[in-house]
Amino acid sequence: MKTNNVMLHTVTKIAAFIILTFSVFLFFAGHNNPGGGFIGGLMTASALLLLYVSYDIKSIRKAIPFNYVHIIAAGMLIAIVTGIVGMFIGDPFLTQYFDYFDLPILGETELTTALPFDLGIYMVVVGIALVIILTIGEDT
Amino acid sequence: MTLLHWAVLSPFLLAILIPFLYRYARAVHTGWFVMILPAVLFIYFLTFLPVTSGGSVVEQTVPWVPSLGINFTVYVDGLSLLFALLISGIGALVVLYSIFYLSKKTERLNNFYVYLLMFMGAMFGVVLSDNLIVLYVFWELTSLASALLISYWYHREKSTYGAQKSMLITVFGGFAMLGGFILLYVMTGTFSIRGIIEQVDVVAASPLFLPAMLLVLLGAFTKSAQFPFHIWLPDAMEAPTPVSAYLHSATMVKAGIYLVARLTPVFGGSAEWFWILSSFGIVTLVWGSISAVRQKDLKGILAFSTVSQLGLIMTLLGLGSASLAFGFGEDTMLYSAATLAAIFHLINHATFKGSLFMAAGIVDHETGTRDIRKLGGLMSIMPITFTVSLIGTAAMAGLPPFNGFLSKEMFFTGVLNAMSFEGFNMQTLGLLFPVFAWIASVFTFLYCLIMFFKTFTGDFKPENYDKHVHEAPAGMLISPVVLASLVIIFGLFPNLLAYSVIEPAMASILPNLLAEGETFYVNIYHWHGFNTELFMTLGVVAFGSLLYVNMNKWSAMKVYMKERDPLNGLYDNSLDWLIVGSQGVTRVQMTGLLRDYFAYMLAFMMLLFIYSFMRYDAFAIDLENVAPISWYMWILTGIFIATTVVIPFINKRITAIIVVGVIGFLLALFFVIFRAPDLALTQLLVETVMVVLFLLVFYHLPELRKESFKPAFKVTNAIIAVTVGTVVTLIAFSAHAMRHQNGFEAISQFFIDNSYELAGGLNMVNVILVDFRGLDTLLEVLVLAVAALGVITMIKLKMTGREDV
Repeated sequence: MKTNNVMLHTVTKIAAFIILTFSVFLFFAGHNNPGGGFIGGLMTASALLLLYVSYDIKSIRKAIPFNYVHIIAAGMLIAIVTGIVGMFIGDPFLTQYFDYFDLPILGETELTTALPFDLGIYMVVVGIALVIILTIGEDT
Repeated sequence: MTLLHWAVLSPFLLAILIPFLYRYARAVHTGWFVMILPAVLFIYFLTFLPVTSGGSVVEQTVPWVPSLGINFTVYVDGLSLLFALLISGIGALVVLYSIFYLSKKTERLNNFYVYLLMFMGAMFGVVLSDNLIVLYVFWELTSLASALLISYWYHREKSTYGAQKSMLITVFGGFAMLGGFILLYVMTGTFSIRGIIEQVDVVAASPLFLPAMLLVLLGAFTKSAQFPFHIWLPDAMEAPTPVSAYLHSATMVKAGIYLVARLTPVFGGSAEWFWILSSFGIVTLVWGSISAVRQKDLKGILAFSTVSQLGLIMTLLGLGSASLAFGFGEDTMLYSAATLAAIFHLINHATFKGSLFMAAGIVDHETGTRDIRKLGGLMSIMPITFTVSLIGTAAMAGLPPFNGFLSKEMFFTGVLNAMSFEGFNMQTLGLLFPVFAWIASVFTFLYCLIMFFKTFTGDFKPENYDKHVHEAPAGMLISPVVLASLVIIFGLFPNLLAYSVIEPAMASILPNLLAEGETFYVNIYHWHGFNTELFMTLGVVAFGSLLYVNMNKWSAMKVYMKERDPLNGLYDNSLDWLIVGSQGVTRVQMTGLLRDYFAYMLAFMMLLFIYSFMRYDAFAIDLENVAPISWYMWILTGIFIATTVVIPFINKRITAIIVVGVIGFLLALFFVIFRAPDLALTQLLVETVMVVLFLLVFYHLPELRKESFKPAFKVTNAIIAVTVGTVVTLIAFSAHAMRHQNGFEAISQFFIDNSYELAGGLNMVNVILVDFRGLDTLLEVLVLAVAALGVITMIKLKMTGREDV
């Protein structure tokens, strides 16, 4: 019997964007409020998982043409490079820096090297959650 | 590196060259290249004779591991020179003999000579080194080389059995000896033998004296085949005869003797040393001589004969050590006569036993058998071998005018003197020594007669032999003839040895005995007049001959028919028990069931925890610093406990998954209550993903089986589980209480104060994660990445056709 998941699909389309937005919020909020790379990454992964659950793997793969293994690698690389940067000016590995800047739209904003580090973590977490679940899911 | 060091190491260097010589000079028997070395070394060592007989010593040091006090010190005094001469001299003769004994065409000569040279070098190292650790290294090398030589014909089962046995026993002793050496080091702070001898008082006063002595003696006894460790020697007779002649009669088995003699100044003078040496020696002497009578194989007789003669030397060394207890005085010679006899017999034994082994090898080589029941009537066919054997056996039996007679007379003098020792209870117990010695001598005489007459007299029966029997080639006869001539020369002119070799050797065994400026004066002569020793010898000859003449009367006895030493049964059985026992232990313990291993691990950890709780009185409960518990915490805890308790009783997997999920979400709630929003969020998300994963793999899993376990198993599991829970709870309580009692402050105040100042973030958890302790986070993400790769590997890259990787 052919089923029609139009309700699910419609809700998913909206919900996925809300969750993704929330996950980005969590990611950026991390430094001063609950959140951060790990939680943000898991949240993003669950948004994508929702897409995979309501649609089939093939069509989502067409829509999001990433190889998640590469994302893991890129994330690791970003996190490690952030740590190494400080070593060039003689500080220990993984020294983080921050300062306040006056940016055009955002006004006075704190920029910190912890953010790219967190981004690396974010990418790795998204990558591994999806890699593990998709790999197991595809194996039937 | 001086010439002396090169002399010790030269056999090893030549051993490296042997395979090339064997490979590229096939036309020449490899032994000819080898023979030059011991001959040259013999001459080289002869040049030291004037030095040592003058009472001085040569010492050369090369640092090896100076930080640990291990130096390659070569030390030449009378005793080591005596051994070095034996090793090089008999070594040259044995190599010469082996050239004719081992065929160039059929034998793997490269292996043989490499092992033999390795042995020779190791033996030089043992006798010439002053450092105990270096001595030990060379000592183990002799064991190794000996095992390799015994298993030279490794396709024979008996050879490998003999090699394994000798290896196990001698290495066992070697390890014990190393322990003794280390104890000596602990006592004196030096590995140098001379350094230790200088501190004899320290050693004697130390509580470690006895353990060190016993361990060292264990090494010496296993190597020198003393009772009850002698059983490896008869089985080592599977080696080629040159090896038996060299290792198992003249050199290696005397390494233990050397060690005892060398360490006599350290341990000698104590009652324990005296009694252990002399009693084990005399038991070995009697046991070996009686066992030799039962042997039907020429080499078997010689093996047990070696055992018994080694026991004789050991007894004499034990008796001689008494002189150290009494010190220098009027009757020094009374006590030290035994030491003199030991050294003299050591030399004599090397000569006549070497020649006898070679003669036995010739008989074996030319007739194809060594069984005395088959042999007979070889006197006229092999006249030279016959003559050599006659001289050798007569010397071994202790007949004049050969050297064996002299040393046997001196042996009797030694044991008779023992009766008049003051102290050590020798007035009463001392009587046993001459009695045992006399009995052993009777049996020695008897097996000498058996070996000699059964082989060479009687009718010649050609049908007994596979080969055409004839005299050995001249080359093979040179070495035994040389040794037999030495037997006669030493017998007729014993004082050749007395001044040059024996006196300096005695001086090194008993260095502190003599007063300043005195030297031992040794004069050996044949005729002592009509004394007790002479009558004892006459009795030996009479009784031995009587026993031999009436041999057919007692040879049917059961005891006589049994060739194998009864102690072999003990050895074989204990090896079997060891294997069976360890297999049993492994079978009980290694069940292959994961749950058993978990039980072991937990039980062990719990025992450890409980023990340390009790040992350090670490249990404490302090409820003063506990925060107030609100009603919703009670409710949450109640639900939590209820959910946990339900899990073991669930029969369906899907229910189990969901209940585990519930626990996870409850945990998130706890985090909320304890004000950890980041943790709560993470816990929620992780738990969700975990449940999704569980449900994904759920499809592939079999239905949860209802396994029926025995009640005992269930009870054990319950006990372990309850114990683990209780102990962990107690640890938590105690840790909490201790922390407050001991006033440990948390370091969290630093983070609270500085998270904004130093890292520019208000979310302290996140600041710790990415800034203060960023390395942990980095590595945790790495863990996740590796896990993801692991999943890919396991699922996508399945190995096919192989059980496991």
